[in-house]
Amino acid sequence: MNARRRRVGFRGGWGVWATIIILGAIPLAGFGTPPPSAASAAPGPAVTSSAHPVLGPESSPTAARRIQSTRPVVVASKPFGESYLLAEIFAQLLEARGHAVERRLGLGSTEVAFGALRTGAVDVYPEYTGTGLLAILGQEPSGTRGEVFRRVSREFRERWGVRWLPPLGFENTYAVSVRRETAEELGLATLTDLAREGERLIGGFSPDFLGRDDGLPGLEDAYGLQLRESRSLLQAVKYEALRGGRVDVIDAYSTDGFLARAEVVVLEDDRRFFPPYEAAPLVSRRFFEERPEAVAVLTELANLLDEARMRELNGRVEVEGEPISSVAASALAALGLVPSDHHPADATIGGMDGPVGVLDAAGRPVAVGPSGARAGSLPAYLWDRRDQTLQEIRRHLLLVGISLLAAILVAVPAGLALERVRAGAEGVIRGVGVIQTLPSIALLAFMIPLLGIGVVPAVVALFLYSLFPILRNTYSGVRDADPRAVEAAEALGMTPVQVLREIRLPLAAPVIMAGVRTAAVINVGTATLAAFIGAGGLGDPIVSGLALSDPWMILAGAIPAALLAVVVDVTLGMAERGVAPRGLSGG
Amino acid sequence: MIPALPEMIPALEVRELQKRYGRVHALAGVSLEVSSGECVALVGESGSGKTTLLRAFNRVVEPDGGVVLVKGRPARDLDPIRLRRETGYVPQEGGLMPHWTVRKNAALVARLLGMADADERADSALELLGLSPNEYARRWPRELSGGQRQRVAIARALATGPEVVLLDEPFGALDAITRAQVRGHFKAIRQELGTTSVLVTHDLHEAIELADRVAVLRDGRIEQAATPDVLVEKPATSYVARLLEQAGLVGAREGGQ
Repeated sequence: MNARRRRVGFRGGWGVWATIIILGAIPLAGFGTPPPSAASAAPGPAVTSSAHPVLGPESSPTAARRIQSTRPVVVASKPFGESYLLAEIFAQLLEARGHAVERRLGLGSTEVAFGALRTGAVDVYPEYTGTGLLAILGQEPSGTRGEVFRRVSREFRERWGVRWLPPLGFENTYAVSVRRETAEELGLATLTDLAREGERLIGGFSPDFLGRDDGLPGLEDAYGLQLRESRSLLQAVKYEALRGGRVDVIDAYSTDGFLARAEVVVLEDDRRFFPPYEAAPLVSRRFFEERPEAVAVLTELANLLDEARMRELNGRVEVEGEPISSVAASALAALGLVPSDHHPADATIGGMDGPVGVLDAAGRPVAVGPSGARAGSLPAYLWDRRDQTLQEIRRHLLLVGISLLAAILVAVPAGLALERVRAGAEGVIRGVGVIQTLPSIALLAFMIPLLGIGVVPAVVALFLYSLFPILRNTYSGVRDADPRAVEAAEALGMTPVQVLREIRLPLAAPVIMAGVRTAAVINVGTATLAAFIGAGGLGDPIVSGLALSDPWMILAGAIPAALLAVVVDVTLGMAERGVAPRGLSGG
Repeated sequence: MIPALPEMIPALEVRELQKRYGRVHALAGVSLEVSSGECVALVGESGSGKTTLLRAFNRVVEPDGGVVLVKGRPARDLDPIRLRRETGYVPQEGGLMPHWTVRKNAALVARLLGMADADERADSALELLGLSPNEYARRWPRELSGGQRQRVAIARALATGPEVVLLDEPFGALDAITRAQVRGHFKAIRQELGTTSVLVTHDLHEAIELADRVAVLRDGRIEQAATPDVLVEKPATSYVARLLEQAGLVGAREGGQ
């Protein structure tokens, strides 16, 4: 008697639970062991000197073996061309001197990159003294090159133990630019001239520049500049907009490769408004203290890169579309730092999966270089990088799957608990909803001090984003489950647990599943931003493509991401109908 | 036969029962006995306390004062889950589980009581209510008419052969013809099984047709509890008289005064 009752009582309830849990796990299927780092992702992507023994003439094999046993140097960059290129130069030089390197290129912003450096998740990335002064220290722009460098060196060391290595030899300041014809027509040579004619001109600026005190707002104060209109434009489209006459004034970087073009004129900062932006390797406390020999390698670059050379190198990447790895290699060879016969870029020309190809933040090779360098069509390009796309999709699904599964395991029980308590439930749910209003990139940036960079903080952020729709739907689905049926079940002597398992959960299952579906689709989209904190996935080609003004590369991430969202939506839509109890209308 | 003593103990009894919802006295001291095998109808307007009283019998409602006795034992000493399972209950508008078949619905209480023949009992009860199991057992509630759903709810209550059945406006949501049919079914079955029944209704005609005794409630008190004949012949209060008049049950006689 008893046994039978118990057996019968459990039916139904577990089925729903199992279904929801299994569906949450679907995206994980097929990942035996997820590639946590470079090691399993591509042939030899964790670049070590042994993978291709290019050692400096002074390195002995034993020395190389000894160094190899230590952890790889984590080299990062921010998401724009020059930062990628400098990071790649750092990386190749370190490799040539026998240090294993892990690349985390294209981190989302100064906050993300510096946050990661401060916590030791990243060892080195290229930074600019002016950015350090204004964006990180929050101080007023003032002083000469030398004064600014000394100031940031002292403050960074005292506050965080972070060190500025000797500057690389060039400044990359904001270069407010106009078309040559505009300059000639209106007689513009300086920013004072621009302020005079500002009323007639439309500006197109990066979002960063529009908001920063050392950007447009400060410029307006310093020169009394008032443009007719200012639009927010991404780096990738700014030059096109200028050239096409959509805007008349843009913010450029003084070492941009595009500035070499004849049709653009950089206006002189005649009142010296912009602070010096000297480029230098910024290194973490731990790296500085524990790896003096690697730090010494990076100081070899001091004062070797002048503005003309940087403009030329950037031009090769941004205008001519040469792969970053080969530009970096030839620069090192030209500087005499690496023998040119050991040209490591040879390995990547033609094929992107060579040992020293530019790797993305997750350590996998990225096909670098804009479409200008490529022959053939977009479909052919997408087909050529299909293996890489598959890896990105797998990483993407890993991020989505783990975070979604965790959110289901937390939000469904929490929703049920809230439904039992009722009091304050709406408040709690609204509180969780606030997470949804945080900009994704801000939430991701919050994670860095706590969890560093990479997959873990990305999964946590995606988990937080997934909570609300599931929690909300579980709560309201169970609460609103056919009240007459629930009341009858109670009055006929079902225990609260039986009512939950046999009546409320099955009736709420489609609503809960709809919440899971919403969370999953949001998650697939948001996960593209995970690339900003080095978690990889389909965001990688998007971030790189944006940084390098490469529309094909952006599409290589965006198209699969969109398709993935559709597939997830359709699949979970079927699951939603699948868990709907038969007997309900349409079931 | 069973000794005489048990028959003297009422199947159900309430004494001075009180229940407040906020400031409203749903029950303001109600006393009533229901004998074994008797059918008592609780009649009153909405808010009179009739449904609250009904639900006190199976502890769906816990009173604030007074006692509920089930076969002489205080209900508060009984396990409420057990009590509810052993008491037949027909909620308003059926309360069938929309995701269960007719058979599974009808077998619910029998299953909860651990009866190995729950499905067979469900089928017989459906048969009794005029719903052939062959035709109806595998259907979903939404595929049934309102009257059929109500009959499934009654079958669910009767499938275990309970001593007591509580019915909350069981025919309220039905159209007049269906109501007469289902009511007829219920009357026949009750007479056959001799089940003790308490029936909540706002319809005096229904109460007089089905019940052995009628209790008229108003503002949480019983105005009168009597057999239909006595009720109609000798309304105890002017309120009862007015109700009878409104129902057209005494119109001819009273009208002459």
